Amino acid sequence: MNWGSARDFFAMGGYALYVWGSYAVAALCIAAELWLLRNRGRTLQRRLGRNSKSPRS
Amino acid sequence: MVGKLWKYASPQAFYPLAGALAPWFFAAAAVLGAIGLYIGLWLAPTDFQQGDAYRIIFLHVPAAWMSMFLYVVMAFWCGVGLSMNTRLSFMMAQALAPTGAMFTFLALWTGSLWGKPTWGTWWVWDARLTSELILLFLYIGFLSLHAAIDDVRRADRAAALLALIGVINVPIIYFSVKWWNTLHQGASVSLTRAPSMAATMVAGMLIMALAAWMYAIAVSFVRVRAIILEREAEADWMRDTEAA
Repeated sequence: MNWGSARDFFAMGGYALYVWGSYAVAALCIAAELWLLRNRGRTLQRRLGRNSKSPRS
Repeated sequence: MVGKLWKYASPQAFYPLAGALAPWFFAAAAVLGAIGLYIGLWLAPTDFQQGDAYRIIFLHVPAAWMSMFLYVVMAFWCGVGLSMNTRLSFMMAQALAPTGAMFTFLALWTGSLWGKPTWGTWWVWDARLTSELILLFLYIGFLSLHAAIDDVRRADRAAALLALIGVINVPIIYFSVKWWNTLHQGASVSLTRAPSMAATMVAGMLIMALAAWMYAIAVSFVRVRAIILEREAEADWMRDTEAA
């Protein structure tokens, strides 16, 4: 454990912009990919008219 | 055994298999990602040279590895598709490309944010960075070429050819730090010598890489299912089996 406090943790030794900028954009990219994929699956299901047993998208 | 595996070369057989496996790979990715982040952001000590800026490594290296690895896998499926004319291979290549492009973008993005505090610049046109940027263009080119051709079978073949030609770029990226003078450091981890980092850092990095790998498998399985549905919606087996 390296961090004295939550503030220390978020400050990242003065590199907060670079470190959190990396982690935030990575999280954003993954969230966007999953969201787009889910939409694609839903659109397909609507088009194919399968409402009953929906395949996991 | 081989005969059994062959069965899954058909979209019809692979569709339910991919659907059954994807949640497990998502779960593995989530668990490994949580452990990796815990090690990387919490347990791993501050680097004595780079301070905490080095913590970008836990994203940067896995993203860069996946960007190259996924391209090779994608090109492999393109090669299989071209030589054996298997539909599922082309679909798999299409399913891998967006995720590969995302990891390439992340490798560039995190690299840029790492370069600024350590090198003093967001970007340089050196061998490693430029060849990685070319990789991003190859992924985008692969997807756009495919999207530009209406006939899916022709699109598959044209895009596959592009992917196979582009695979030459991967060893160039990997060895660029040896072949040319570059700002980018050499490999921190190799199979032939001890890593040049603390054990906790290496552990965090490898676990994050594993998480990225599991994530890539999970996402491409879900995406290949969507592609199978899109392409084979009119096939009999689709109408018969209430998609599992």
